[in-house]
Amino acid sequence: MPRRARLALKALVWAACLAPLSWLVYRFATDDLTANPISFVTNTLGDWTLRILLASLTMTPLRIVCGLAWPIALRRLLGLFAFFYVCLHFSVWIVLDFFFDWPRMWEDIVKRPYITLGMLGLLSLLPLALTSTRGWIKRLGARTWTRLHRLAYLAGVLGCLHFLWLAKVGRTDQYWHAATLALLLGVRVVDAGLRFARRRRRAASTVPA
Amino acid sequence: MLIRRAPRFTSNDVTDETLYWNRREWIAAAAATLALLPGEGAAAAPAGPPLKAARNEGLSLKEPPTKFDAATTYNNFYEFGVNKDDPARLAHTLRPRPWAVQVDGLVHTPKTFDVDELIRLHPPEERVYALRCVEAWSMVIPWIGFPLGALLRRVEPTGQAKYVEFTTLLDPNQFPAQRRGFFGFSSLDWPYVEGLRLDEAMHPLTLVTVGMYGQVLPNQNGAPLRVVVPWKYGFKSAKSIVRIRLVAEEPKTAWNKAAAQEYGFYSNVNPEVSHPRWSQATERRIGEFRRRPTLMFNGYADQVAHLYAGMNLKALY
Ligand code: HEM
Repeated sequence: MPRRARLALKALVWAACLAPLSWLVYRFATDDLTANPISFVTNTLGDWTLRILLASLTMTPLRIVCGLAWPIALRRLLGLFAFFYVCLHFSVWIVLDFFFDWPRMWEDIVKRPYITLGMLGLLSLLPLALTSTRGWIKRLGARTWTRLHRLAYLAGVLGCLHFLWLAKVGRTDQYWHAATLALLLGVRVVDAGLRFARRRRRAASTVPA
Repeated sequence: MLIRRAPRFTSNDVTDETLYWNRREWIAAAAATLALLPGEGAAAAPAGPPLKAARNEGLSLKEPPTKFDAATTYNNFYEFGVNKDDPARLAHTLRPRPWAVQVDGLVHTPKTFDVDELIRLHPPEERVYALRCVEAWSMVIPWIGFPLGALLRRVEPTGQAKYVEFTTLLDPNQFPAQRRGFFGFSSLDWPYVEGLRLDEAMHPLTLVTVGMYGQVLPNQNGAPLRVVVPWKYGFKSAKSIVRIRLVAEEPKTAWNKAAAQEYGFYSNVNPEVSHPRWSQATERRIGEFRRRPTLMFNGYADQVAHLYAGMNLKALY
């Protein structure tokens, strides 16, 4: 893909990923964060963490299914934005929701499974964010790096479980998110299966009769 | 226009009755100056038809009410949808007049009342109550209504009556979320049913509510008639009631049917019994920044704790 096109795509991702945050800032400025601003901001940031995380996990399946190469160029950027949003989501929880009430926060982390799952989701994104630089790719070697970064799927699973657990009876959006993740994982599993079969066949055909 | 921009509530409304009852005039007089001030109350909801009632000071909280705006735009009313802003957005689909309420079951004189007839029979009073949602937020609302006990005595419960069952209107034309969605999905099993033990229903705090903030009850808050049971989580206070039935068995309530381990029949506000997914130890009072501790029976322990003497409130949550 031409360099220009790639830059344009990246600019587009930047704009799209910053839009929800700008929208929140705008609603803050116009005093329009609903009657329960803290809850509204937490939920909006959580929603966008999950959406962007799922978007980053869509890039490889897009290549597999549609044979496109360009999505891969956006994968890391999307992942970093997901990390950015989860950090905001987490900070709001610490600062606005609990106002640094550490004992009570710790109690929630160990006692509330949805918080435990969210925490694990955040922790599984942390090494990916830290090793996202070109230097780290070199240091780890492309193979190890790629393998490490499959943790993103774990973060997706944990994020979806977090959402399934916290969503009230009667809501449906949590199921749509989980179904999307299942589809993405399904594509990868089928792809891995096909590749494995192909390798076996190739290995078999080289064995002398 | 100026009147709309004036702040609807100040703490004076709670402490100074004369100011409160002359609110409209007082606001009109003050509007010219206040309208110049930005911020608070800028998006006040349009006033509904007034409904005046003297405040019962003895049964009223001495705290400033939640802003009217918040109390009418941040609601859980699943008949309109699961989001907090759905009720205010869709409330116009509900037609609260004329409205009949059937009161029957194990009673000597069953009767169907028109809502306005009920209001004539039981002159309403204002009571400022704390409202605690099971989702750990709370408000302070000046409700207008009359004790449910007065209505129940009128129909004379029989000796077998042990519980009171409330049924909300079932009409998908007025309650859009009662229509089924994808795959026949429905958030709750309609109609919404709630219930109280007879002694809870007869308790003087249990209020049949027809208004709030000096107005006829807005649609999104359960018009034309709901109950308010201030020591229980909000969902126990059934809205838009069409039937009140006295029964011998514990009613099968909507949230209990949907998730029994999360929403017990009693659902008394209790900081020591966590919801399975979140803690109930603290709450966020709408309009406040920091969480505040949740009080046993939502602060009404002195009045209602005796109803539960000897009961294990951890098992019967
Ligand atoms: C990968 C990490 C995470 C993802 C994908 C994620 C996603 C979400 C989503 C989708 C929601 C629901 C929003 C809604 O109701 O519309 C949510 C809510 C929430 N999340 Fe997270 N989250 C993550 C990590 C965390 C962490 C680390 C914490 C705090 C320790 C946390 C605390 C919360 C809280 C308190 C809520 C609100 C729950 C409620 O209002 O009932 N999350 N999150």
